[in-house]
Amino acid sequence: MRFSVTVEVWLRPGVADPQGATVERSLPTLGFPGVSGVRMGKLIRFGIDADDASAARREVDDLCARFLTNPVIEDAEVRLAADEAEPGSTGALRAR
Amino acid sequence: MSARVGVVVFPGTNCELDVVEAIGLLGGEARLLWHAEATVGGVDAVVVPGGFAHGDYLRPGAIARFSPVMDAVAGFARAGGPVVGICNGFQVLTEAGLLPGALQKNRGLKFLCKMSNLRVETARSSLTNATTVGTILRVPINHFEGNYTCSPEVLADLRAEDRIVLRYVDNPNGSVDDIAGICNAGRNVVGLMPHPERASHELLDSVDGEPLLRSLLASAEGAGEGAAEGMKENDEALSLRRG
Repeated sequence: MRFSVTVEVWLRPGVADPQGATVERSLPTLGFPGVSGVRMGKLIRFGIDADDASAARREVDDLCARFLTNPVIEDAEVRLAADEAEPGSTGALRAR
Repeated sequence: MSARVGVVVFPGTNCELDVVEAIGLLGGEARLLWHAEATVGGVDAVVVPGGFAHGDYLRPGAIARFSPVMDAVAGFARAGGPVVGICNGFQVLTEAGLLPGALQKNRGLKFLCKMSNLRVETARSSLTNATTVGTILRVPINHFEGNYTCSPEVLADLRAEDRIVLRYVDNPNGSVDDIAGICNAGRNVVGLMPHPERASHELLDSVDGEPLLRSLLASAEGAGEGAAEGMKENDEALSLRRG
């Protein structure tokens, strides 16, 4: 099965986020005084082949822990969805 | 025979020639180690220099740790060989798991490029064995992600085991416990954010990096053969596993 994966990477609470802080500081001068709590993260998308959703999830969690995040300072939020398979179709045919 | 120091070069590394020059000034023999080669080439010590390895994409050091040379550096370190990571090299060593913790962005949200005063906290490391505890060294820093952080448990271990190698006199970046450099439990792997190679000549406004680099050369001369033997055992163990 083919799954579409979205990984959000966020700095853990307490870890310096200069991008978010700089954006937030600039907002009042642009006329947006009420905006607060700005944080900048990363969004990573990819596809993965696996037997089922739990196998896919295990592999993505491992990938996040070993490469996509540094667990000392970052957390990952993972969203995983099975790609729609039409009867008789193959992965290669569905690829755009 | 002068100590042979391998200086690792990733795409985006930019301090390798400064390190080669500084090692040469002190009588060492430095050579460059390209990241795609899975060997340290029989050197007596390894320096992972500063720069932006692999463009710092994803995170500083995150991709560099997967370069073939890093397996060889890890094997060399496990065998007791002296390994020093400077600035981006420190980030690479933490990402590779050779040193604990991580480097987050500076507390003041600024890229810092200035002279810093460092206090030698232990003389028991491959970068400080020729120094005296309490010595103040003027060595420049040049980083955005230099704010060292780690879990409270790791910090307790670093303190209890005398593994904080250098502290900032005036903490410039928010590093926990003023940490500028640490070492591993074996004391042969050291990471630091300041650049000793940029304090290696009177024209550079400071020669205080010299005692650090001299320590590394002394470690290289002392540990070279032991590490070479260890590497051989390591290679044999690897070939047994693979075989």
